[in-house]
Amino acid sequence: MDKPKIGTCWLDGCSGCHMSLLDMDEGIIAVLARADIVFGPLVDAQEWPEGVDVAVIEGAVSSTDDLKLAQTARARSKVVVALGDCAVTGNVPSMRNGIPTRKLLERVYVEGATARPGVPTDGVPALLKQAEPLHAAIDVDVHVPGCPPKPNAILLVLNELLEGRKPDLGSKLRFG
Amino acid sequence: MTEKVKVRIDGEVIAATAGQTILQVARANNKYIPALCYMEGLSAVGACRLCMVEVSGVARLLPACTTPVQEGLAVATSSPQLQSYRKIALELLFAERNHVCAVCVSSGHCELQTLAQDHGITHIRYPYNFPRLSVDTSHPRYVLDHNRCVLCSRCVRTCDEIEGAHVWDIAGRGINSRLVSELKRPWGEATSCTSCGKCVQACPTGAMAEKGFGVEEMTKQRTVVSRLTTMREGQ
Repeated sequence: MDKPKIGTCWLDGCSGCHMSLLDMDEGIIAVLARADIVFGPLVDAQEWPEGVDVAVIEGAVSSTDDLKLAQTARARSKVVVALGDCAVTGNVPSMRNGIPTRKLLERVYVEGATARPGVPTDGVPALLKQAEPLHAAIDVDVHVPGCPPKPNAILLVLNELLEGRKPDLGSKLRFG
Repeated sequence: MTEKVKVRIDGEVIAATAGQTILQVARANNKYIPALCYMEGLSAVGACRLCMVEVSGVARLLPACTTPVQEGLAVATSSPQLQSYRKIALELLFAERNHVCAVCVSSGHCELQTLAQDHGITHIRYPYNFPRLSVDTSHPRYVLDHNRCVLCSRCVRTCDEIEGAHVWDIAGRGINSRLVSELKRPWGEATSCTSCGKCVQACPTGAMAEKGFGVEEMTKQRTVVSRLTTMREGQ
């Protein structure tokens, strides 16, 4: 029988949650013994594959690309985990939400630029009106808050899901 | 002469004094009822609705912090229904303003954050309001961040009842309610403020903080208010 498949990605986040995922020391070897990581910043696949068992998604949904990737991951995965405060609450990326996107981009790329001022449009996805938590865009099965979540919290969640159980973070539950 | 009464909290018979509130009796007997706007030493206002309890014979829920005990009162503090209402109340507080723990001076020492974790809240089921709110940095020593304010009014009562200056009030209504200093003057221009800082110590979140602290660095002396009240009552 094939090993269960894990896919990971980050949307509007800082990659800190992925650093925390890597920071579980030898725990990650145990996870890899039981499952394959088939998509994510750490592997080569260009497209979210079909038949993923656990999707681990970091970051808020902030751009059209974020939304598309989140929807693809949802459609092709059995369980979706929102990893970290940005995916769970919107967190730091959502601090822009009170500012209209046009004003925000002009403040940064026109008023804030010293060379070649102008809002970039080529090769970058359009910003959504607001950076939203993942569950505002797609159905989420498991929420793991934390900025970042502690490595042992991520390990607990992955192990429980690989055992077919719904994880309960208990005392490992923490925002910020 | 204080009248002694017997009450039942979660089935246990407890001796209390008439005039005490359900919350006071519960806390004196190590029974946990969550509360955010209540602070020992201040008047109780029943604003946060976290301490709602079931009282037998009463069809509606009552706030433990403002309901006095009487002989034979029977209280349930943690039914599944109450737990679910408390989660809703907490989630709505998070949805109402921008509580970004990751950049907050009070993260790790915040009563709202702790309550959420204690109640097993993993995410907020309601759409976030994402309001655009100001930060008042005009005071030389303290800062007020409306993004983190839960309108508990502990600062209002501390300044009025303990310091006697009454700098703070809550203006506006409903979702537009805002904490204001001296009829909406910037805090730094409020001439009645004595800069004592007791409001800052009473604040349950990072809405009020001393300047110069980074993320997670602002710990507060939460017992300052109750200690002052106890000492004054003893005089």
